[in-house]
Amino acid sequence: MTALLSVQSLGIRFGAVRAVNDVSFSAKPGEVLSIIGPNGAGKTTLFNMISGVYQPSQGRIRFDGADVTELLPHQLAERGLSRTFQNLQIFHQMTALENVMAGRHLMERRGILSDLFGLSTTRRHNRETKQAAEALLERVGLADIAHREAGGLSYGMLKRLEIARALACLPQLLLLDEPAAGCNPVETEEVEGLIAQIAHEGVGILLVEHDMKMVMRISSHIVVLDHGEKLAEGRPEEVRGNPRVLAAYLGVTEGEEETADALD
Amino acid sequence: MDRFLPSPTARILLALLAILALAPLVFPSTFYYRIFTLISINAIVVIGLVILLGYAGQISLGHAGFVGLGAYANAIGPTHLGLPPLLALVLGAALSAALAWLVGRPILKLRGLYLAVVTLGFGILVQMVLVNESWLTGGPDGMAVEDLGLVSLVKALGLKMKTAQVWYVFSGLMLLLAAWVALNLRDSPTGRALRSLHDSEVAARTVGINVARYKLIAFVLSAVFASVGGSLLALFNRFVTPDVAGFIHSVELVTMSVLGGAASVLGGIAGAALLTTLPQALTVFHDFETVILGLIMMGVAIFMPDGLLPNLANRAKRTRRTNR
Repeated sequence: MTALLSVQSLGIRFGAVRAVNDVSFSAKPGEVLSIIGPNGAGKTTLFNMISGVYQPSQGRIRFDGADVTELLPHQLAERGLSRTFQNLQIFHQMTALENVMAGRHLMERRGILSDLFGLSTTRRHNRETKQAAEALLERVGLADIAHREAGGLSYGMLKRLEIARALACLPQLLLLDEPAAGCNPVETEEVEGLIAQIAHEGVGILLVEHDMKMVMRISSHIVVLDHGEKLAEGRPEEVRGNPRVLAAYLGVTEGEEETADALD
Repeated sequence: MDRFLPSPTARILLALLAILALAPLVFPSTFYYRIFTLISINAIVVIGLVILLGYAGQISLGHAGFVGLGAYANAIGPTHLGLPPLLALVLGAALSAALAWLVGRPILKLRGLYLAVVTLGFGILVQMVLVNESWLTGGPDGMAVEDLGLVSLVKALGLKMKTAQVWYVFSGLMLLLAAWVALNLRDSPTGRALRSLHDSEVAARTVGINVARYKLIAFVLSAVFASVGGSLLALFNRFVTPDVAGFIHSVELVTMSVLGGAASVLGGIAGAALLTTLPQALTVFHDFETVILGLIMMGVAIFMPDGLLPNLANRAKRTRRTNR
């Protein structure tokens, strides 16, 4: 299968700091590609470049057959790339339902006059958008709190709300930045099941997650970053046994007595 | 069961209609028709600011400039160009929309407070033009405004109403129209896009919202509301002065919109009602208007950052909870 996303020697500099340097990999539809690495390895920066929030200073990004390196986030969303955020980006003054409805923005035909005067086009869109959003909330297990203001919801709920909102864009590629952070074990398991299901439907998934058990179970492929550079990549079992990865994670030098269990 | 209740929008409009219909029963004199007319007209401008500030989260410190454009469109259009007043109102709104688009387009691509700074300059510029081009505007002394012809129209229909009452009804209907439009917008695709960029621009972008474009839409819409409000003000007073475009008036408008709760149409109307009535009720307000405005702004920002109505609603909720 051809790559859905391919990143070629991507890099970005903030002043003198190379936050990400010469990173290449590619992701396929229907697969979970995880990006792991210690704090500050450049995972979120990489996400920000791929989703168009940051403009890379070197390298190219190809998505769905086209060069999208210079596109802005809303243009990437139009092409089918959506994401969630490590530090939540919620529309906190809107209800949970409205958050997901806002995610359907691209699916709505927008006529300002129709919207101002509440014409039938707008009413029909509102109805369709609401139905779709309700189904998505149901899917992430938030149907009960649909009409609560998002600002008052728990962290774990908001994480799932972001996933629902990202799904509302009908993405081909979904970037999930620590979707299980702040979730209890039961919620984590639900999130994992949800991710597997989304991938099963053919959506490509890029995952940054600190819960290594989940990453090892769910990923088809793992890219390891350290200090902004790609340290290793491969299937979960390959990465797990890689001594350089262990060294990066645990701060031990190669050859020291350590086992692959440390990554569990 | 929900479907048998009127929608939230309908409920708000019905409440407004009820207030407007019942208020005259307790008016001690025709003077109160005038105050309520002023409240309605100010509220129309403030509803425009609610769309800009409350929905989209962008601040304008020169919105009186657009009020001034609307007002002078109705002074200059009929006097110098022989336009019918209603056409002058529409052309004023179109001119305001075009200027808002021109001013906003380069600015709204940037993040932060650029709009506040640029609109501040814009308002001052409009007022300076109105003061200096006295051949056209009458200068600092202002100019007279031709009659809209409402009263003669009402007379022709065979109704017996005083001028103040005619304006009370007309401005009230215009307010209902403005509120209806803003409430429709709130729960529409465009409105959701505006409200989402208020809370998180980056998230709005990632769901495909063209943030610069929607900020511009909010700014242009709010300019149209301000211009229409300005035209109505001129037609009602039958006279305009450049003060209508002044900085103090801009601050007054922003205060009205945050005082009641910037995110809501109802809050905007409440803010307009309070700040329009206060100067009439307290003569001291007139002498220290700027000082009192400043104090109110500071008080709201410190003690009720969400505005009066949301704050009271929260308090009511909290009391209910503790009582339970």
